[in-house]
Amino acid sequence: MKIMTCPINGARPVSEFAYAGALRDMPDPATATDEQWAAYVFNKQGKAGIKREWWYHIASGVWFIAERDTAADRVIRTYLFGKEAA
Amino acid sequence: MKRLPPQPDEWIDRSRTLDFRFEGRAVNGFAGDTLASALLAAGEAFLGRSFKYHRPRSVLSLANHDVNALMQVTHKGHSRPNVRADVTPLAGGEVVTAVNTFGGLAADKGRFLDRLGAFLPVGFYYKAFYSKRWFPYWERMFRFMTGLGRVDVAAPRVRTPKRYAFCDVLVVGGGPSGLAAALAAADAGAKVVLVDENQQVGGSGLFALGADAAQHKQMNELVLAIRSNRRIEVMTGCFASGYYTDHWVPIVTPTCIVKMRAAAVVLAGGAYEQPAVFRNNDLPGVMLGSAAQRLIHRYAVKPCERAVVFAGNDDAYRVAADLAAVGVVIAAIVDLRPAAPNSVPAGVEVRRGMAVVEALADRRGLLRGVRIATPAADGTWDHAATEEIACDGLMVSVGFAPALALAYQAGARMRFDMQTQQFVPATLPDGLFVCGRANGIHTLPLKLADGAEAGAAAAAVAHGLAPHPRAAMIETAQPSHPYPIFEHPRGRNFVDFDEDLQLKDFFNAAQEGYDNIELLKRFSTVGMGPSQGKHSNMNAIRILAKIRGEPVEKVGTTTSRPMFHPVPMAHLAGRAFQVERSTPLHARHVAAGAVWMPAGQWQRPEYYAVAGLRREAAITAEVVAVREAAGLIDVGTLGKIEVYGPDAALFLERVYTGRFANLKVGMTRYGLMVDESAVVIDDGVIARLSEEHFYFTTTTSGSATVYRELTRWNTIWGLNVGITNLTGHLAAMNLAGPAARRILKTLTDGNLSDALFPYLGAREMRVAGVAARLLRVGFVGELGYELHMAADCAPHVWDALTSAGKPFGMRPFGVEAQRLLRLEKGHVIIGQDTDGLTNPLEASMQWAVKMDKPFFVGQRSLQILAKQPLRQKLVGFVLADDATGVPKECHLVIEAGAIAGRVTSIAHSPTLKRVIGMALIAPELATPGRSLKIRIDGALEIEAVVTDLPFYDKDGGRQRIADGVDMLGEAA
Repeated sequence: MKIMTCPINGARPVSEFAYAGALRDMPDPATATDEQWAAYVFNKQGKAGIKREWWYHIASGVWFIAERDTAADRVIRTYLFGKEAA
Repeated sequence: MKRLPPQPDEWIDRSRTLDFRFEGRAVNGFAGDTLASALLAAGEAFLGRSFKYHRPRSVLSLANHDVNALMQVTHKGHSRPNVRADVTPLAGGEVVTAVNTFGGLAADKGRFLDRLGAFLPVGFYYKAFYSKRWFPYWERMFRFMTGLGRVDVAAPRVRTPKRYAFCDVLVVGGGPSGLAAALAAADAGAKVVLVDENQQVGGSGLFALGADAAQHKQMNELVLAIRSNRRIEVMTGCFASGYYTDHWVPIVTPTCIVKMRAAAVVLAGGAYEQPAVFRNNDLPGVMLGSAAQRLIHRYAVKPCERAVVFAGNDDAYRVAADLAAVGVVIAAIVDLRPAAPNSVPAGVEVRRGMAVVEALADRRGLLRGVRIATPAADGTWDHAATEEIACDGLMVSVGFAPALALAYQAGARMRFDMQTQQFVPATLPDGLFVCGRANGIHTLPLKLADGAEAGAAAAAVAHGLAPHPRAAMIETAQPSHPYPIFEHPRGRNFVDFDEDLQLKDFFNAAQEGYDNIELLKRFSTVGMGPSQGKHSNMNAIRILAKIRGEPVEKVGTTTSRPMFHPVPMAHLAGRAFQVERSTPLHARHVAAGAVWMPAGQWQRPEYYAVAGLRREAAITAEVVAVREAAGLIDVGTLGKIEVYGPDAALFLERVYTGRFANLKVGMTRYGLMVDESAVVIDDGVIARLSEEHFYFTTTTSGSATVYRELTRWNTIWGLNVGITNLTGHLAAMNLAGPAARRILKTLTDGNLSDALFPYLGAREMRVAGVAARLLRVGFVGELGYELHMAADCAPHVWDALTSAGKPFGMRPFGVEAQRLLRLEKGHVIIGQDTDGLTNPLEASMQWAVKMDKPFFVGQRSLQILAKQPLRQKLVGFVLADDATGVPKECHLVIEAGAIAGRVTSIAHSPTLKRVIGMALIAPELATPGRSLKIRIDGALEIEAVVTDLPFYDKDGGRQRIADGVDMLGEAA
């Protein structure tokens, strides 16, 4: 069972976590065109590689970001949202 | 074969004789014997019949690297199939028969298949047997013929819960390098678990002795050091069945699976000795050199009287020495190598540069001698220039294939080492180490050094230190002959003993075009038998390389997958474990005769059974009670969330479609939630308890996901708001009906007058002495109060309401009645009347959406959708008066021969005395009065008419009634 490291709770089996989609910046709804907005809502980047994703530790309710290399199936690091510099 | 005098450190205990039966005969052995060693010591000539040709077989590896000796074992009342006699300890009292025989081992009727070999070429079943008419017959025949053991369906049910364990360093394999690794890791402070599939550790260090007393002594000291080291836990009779991410290794013990998490892993599984390929290489009496050594040193069994040793390496000479030491006459050592440098046992003839090209059988099918020849460089030999040597044992020692299955699974990359003629690891993932024969290191002093290095490096990784780079061990020995494979025109030179695959099968497969290792494997089935290629894959690769004229490395290998050895299904089976949630009122529902239904993970009362009433009638009675008197329903499964803080109102404005900043303290409002694509995902009632304090409900199935998503949004926005999930903490019940106020009044001092607690109000007051939040909501369309209170107080409140409601005719009502009541009011159920694509415009819920807010989730998408034509519309309908059937949910609306929508909810309304429903239909049909055709079972079409919603109480007066006079005679 793969290990994922929650930034608060430490290393836990991956079954304790839920994946919640890619970390993306929302375009400004006031200025985005309909096409730009639809692309944001529906189009996701499928290519394997280094991704930044939302992950949730179900047992404790912690939301965090995981940086993963989906081609190598490796979790590079995990950090709380806004704390990537740490 | 027969039993020898006591051997040093033999595994058998001669003071304990164990009786058992084999093929109808009484046999006995000693404690410590395996089934096979006991049978061989008792003189059994052969132990099994081969898979396809039913040739007689005896021991080949004695190491679970082949399944020549596969048994059906009946013991203590139940029977186990496919027991590996080579490695299964004798228990005493077993009744044992060989599998895969028709009429017993000796008189097996299948033995005539050997003569029909010409009609059973490789892949023959792909070429015939596909006639549709005959296939059922062929299928039955194949299943009958290819099955091995029998499953005992009366076997007792055994629970084998998984265990979990943790260690710093897991060492897989307890041979010399594994023992050295375990000691080195323990000396570095690591907590070590050492796993070995044999009954005792020591591995080849304690059987590949070559009559070397010094090695024996050294190994014993090593084993003693292991056993006395308190940081090392030894698990014998257990094997690591696979490698999973992050050093997660399931260890199969005799009774269960232990899921081991290690910080670092050392693979020291050794290497599988490989057979040579020559005609009749499967005769009873032909075995691997290591098998003979195991027989001698572990079980004190003399493998034969007169042996020929077929040598391709120096290990063969140690085999010869071991045989000679127990009185076996060595007729000759036939050495493939032109120059055999090693010390030769005294008086033994060595035939250099020669090969065994055929084993000869006597009339019983047992080995009586070998034919040897001098092979040319291309592997051929002069069939006229051969010699026969009489023997009753042929020990083959020509090479090894590394046990790297777990390394492959861990993502290691291998390279082919020309010196040792085997694959060795080239790159390994972090924290994984390989040592010993699996690493291409074959001589004992080097194995010990290699193991110690690996163990120290593993301990360093386990402690979070950077591992020092490992010194490269140079192995100068050449333990594997590059091509110990000899053709013969009459065949029966086996490559895979499990599958009865002979050399020409590979040439035939390649000729048919299956000349890629993956295709060759699947077409020929090499390596797909129970041994999973342990004794056959390397030779198959060599043969394919020769066919293609390519180096071995270019041919490659196929993937290795768990399990390493077969694992009993009982070990793998888990418990069926369904989470079931009950509300705090569960016992009350049981007592009231609830008929249960699953609602997600919850159990909810569908309705309450009434003696003498069928289900529909019982539900109708509940509906009538709510409309005319009062009903009480447990809605504790609803999600319940609080948000509080200075930004609470702002937060709600962003996550719901409606306006909440202007919600007055003490009032509630319906909330609709959509996702970023504007699809409806949840709804609920939001109550404002104070300026900065809101309390709201979600749907039962949405509570976890809504809470999760809300916390995610606030992680991004960082608003000054707290969010708490109280779903399990609070119970909730809904009291609804014209008598609701009067009933409630008897249990509370709070003011329930319409003026001070209006429709849609929210108040906190004590009910039956329990602090509760009351929300005056109208889901079922009657005067009603939803009470929320601490879960453990709920039964008390329920009981109080039940007795207070009795004189008024109050009944408990369940989910079915509630669905009917809300349908009469045209209230949408998210997920029933909406689907994964429905937006608020289609669901006719624009009234719940305030587009003029600065921002809410889904707003921008709704702007886009508002400009587009609607795809569908949710409408109410009634059946035409003369309707001849009743549609069900999801029956389709048909218009001009095409699908134009579907029914989402439908029921017979006791209040309106007709069938009503809701449907999502094409917008052009959505005009009140328009006729719809609904296709039901049997392709009948039923006519329905679109109507306005709600069906019942169109102006909502029932929810707002202010009683004229209450129980105490005061004006309400």
